[in-house]
Amino acid sequence: MEEVLSKPIYRGKRVRLEKPELLAPAGNLEKLKFAIHYGADAVYIGGQKYGLRSNADNFTFEEMREGVEFAKKYGAKVFVATNIYVHNEDIDGIEQYLRSLNDAGISAIIAADPAIIEVAQRAVPLLEVHLSTQQSTLNWQAVKFWKDEGLPRVVLGREASLEEIAEIKNNVEIEIEAFIHGAMCSSISGRCVLSNHFTDRDSNRGGCCQSCRWKYDLFEDGRDREEESDMAMQPAALKPGITQLPLFEEEDHAFTMGSKDLCMLEHIPDLIEVGIDSFKIEGRMKSIHYVATVVNVYRQAIDAYFEDPDHYVLKPEWLDDLHKAANRPLNTGFFYDIPDHEDHIYEPEEKAAPYDFAGLVLEYDEATQTAVIQQRNFFKQGQEIEFFGPKGAFFKQTVHEMWDEEGQPLEAARHPLQRIRMKVDQPVAYFDMLRRKH
Amino acid sequence: MTKQHELMVTAGSLQECAAYMDAGASELLIGDACYGIRMPGYFSDSDIREAVRLGQARNVKVMMSMTNIMTNDMLRLLPDYILFLKDAGVHAVEYSDPSVLAAVKTYAPEIRLHWNGEMMSTNYATANYWGRKGASRVAAAKELSMDEILELKQHLEIEAQVQVHGMTNMYHSKRRLVESYMIHQGRPVKNGSLDKDRGLFLVEADRVQEKYPIFEDEHGTHIMSSDDICILEDLHLLLQAGIESFKIDGFMKPVSYNTAVIKAYRSAIDAYTADPGKYKFREEWLDMIRELQDPERELTFGFFYKEQVY
Ligand code: SF4
Repeated sequence: MEEVLSKPIYRGKRVRLEKPELLAPAGNLEKLKFAIHYGADAVYIGGQKYGLRSNADNFTFEEMREGVEFAKKYGAKVFVATNIYVHNEDIDGIEQYLRSLNDAGISAIIAADPAIIEVAQRAVPLLEVHLSTQQSTLNWQAVKFWKDEGLPRVVLGREASLEEIAEIKNNVEIEIEAFIHGAMCSSISGRCVLSNHFTDRDSNRGGCCQSCRWKYDLFEDGRDREEESDMAMQPAALKPGITQLPLFEEEDHAFTMGSKDLCMLEHIPDLIEVGIDSFKIEGRMKSIHYVATVVNVYRQAIDAYFEDPDHYVLKPEWLDDLHKAANRPLNTGFFYDIPDHEDHIYEPEEKAAPYDFAGLVLEYDEATQTAVIQQRNFFKQGQEIEFFGPKGAFFKQTVHEMWDEEGQPLEAARHPLQRIRMKVDQPVAYFDMLRRKH
Repeated sequence: MTKQHELMVTAGSLQECAAYMDAGASELLIGDACYGIRMPGYFSDSDIREAVRLGQARNVKVMMSMTNIMTNDMLRLLPDYILFLKDAGVHAVEYSDPSVLAAVKTYAPEIRLHWNGEMMSTNYATANYWGRKGASRVAAAKELSMDEILELKQHLEIEAQVQVHGMTNMYHSKRRLVESYMIHQGRPVKNGSLDKDRGLFLVEADRVQEKYPIFEDEHGTHIMSSDDICILEDLHLLLQAGIESFKIDGFMKPVSYNTAVIKAYRSAIDAYTADPGKYKFREEWLDMIRELQDPERELTFGFFYKEQVY
């Protein structure tokens, strides 16, 4: 039998030479640019086929090429998710598609199905293959299997704990990628066909309609044991003559499988010390504001840790920033323990993010201390706005004078994508963003 | 001579093994509590030995379902367990996780490997891939259509197994969703368990006629289909295609029901094998099942004739 190292050694500091990769989602070309500019080392995108986000505005090969060009300037990489479970009818086009990805300069594909993995290895050996989380890999023997198959990286199942990750790292020399932030399937990846049953949409080919977040009523079959009910409500009939015992009361929240979003920002040292090679952020459907903000705070946290591991502290403003871009309840998933009742969402969900992405800085003129802003959401004179940029650049100011492109004074920025010149209190740069509380 | 078609049934106890063999099962699928998942009952080591012995006496093959998603902890006992299965004379192991494949190849290469990737077994290329890794059978995903199964079979280099009857799993989470909900409501589960015998089910607002069984065990939360697959009427299509094994999932069903189902399918298979040219489906086979069918669960063709989009 092979040597099994089972001690949870992840608490002890290890000598690490390299930073983990910060891997961000990019739902389209613009988001790709923001993710990379704000500090992602790599982004993952979806192409026109074989991906699990069939309704995101997926990349054409042309856009991929442009994205790869952009990424190169930053030394960043672009991965493509080809993570469906393949059906017979999907087999024929695989090779051609993978060749096109390779030609577009893509660094790696994220694949779950050996039908894709094998073709990639044969036809485009320079294209790396990363095993998708859709394989739900949770043990080191399985990781070793995929390593022996020639894969340089495995994305673990979302159920892996830090302790389990440590044991995997100790037993197999391979890159390990793990989700560290974002929304998650509450099921084991791929082990959910609710959408298939409810709506005839194949969730494992991108058709998921989030049925786990729907509302359900929980009952107990009352056919044998009507008298046992300890609930106040009368057994109700589902069909004539058949009883069921509701396990809820009128004012209760409905049953749902929806889970809180994962957020490991407060545990960066644990993630680094356990040796996760790639920190993955979920959210190809999320806004630019969200992606830029989340990448920005994790970039800062990782960099701060490596600057001085012994004196690393979490900055409260990182958490504040996260909450400005999204207003969903967060938790630590399976990293420390199996989630319990506090890790699921029963209350009505999804309050809007408290801040709007108000504008994007296109240019800055030092002489006049003005910036050209592209409007993204309404704002007007007298309102307080925040400027932020990569590496935590941040200041607040009041909106003072503004002009349109013809130099006419403006009271308010009303028109989407309108170019506006405005006075700024501090220097800003292209790609900096404005946000405003609403 | 036409090809041999196996009739596989899941069994939860030695009594069930005996009853199902009497009814006409030619393959028994059993599981233990650690590596098996969603099995009607779990077998101890001595029960496994006894099941194999019972089977051997009647030329019925006993197979272990080990399709759980393995964790590091589960790996520790895996080699010893595989060695035990070899010693007990188990015919095949059904796996989903590559760690099980690796362990069987290392410790008991004489045990056959069947790949059951649950929702993952969706195409022939992947099945053949696992074939080259050592599998000799694929259990097709329950979400495939009849056309997909027939095409799969044409291109397969290994045997095909298709579930023709019973409920299917729709959702599996490692989370304790029912317990969490009860605690959230301020009504923690008292004394009772939340396992499959509790009779819990979900109802969705737009589908009030459908009852989706839900239960919790040490492997997490499972939600099951509201209907039962029954392919009996069109079994000849699968017989013609040469599908090697037809699976009846007896999960969450009374023994009497499973026995009737086995008898019905056994009659059909025997009639077909005797003379494929003259084979005709007989309503009375289906009536045997209908008589015992839970009135709240519809018999359907599952995904066999459903168009799915994405
Ligand atoms: S319904 Fe929920 S658990 Fe199922 S695939 Fe969709 S997001 Fe994942």
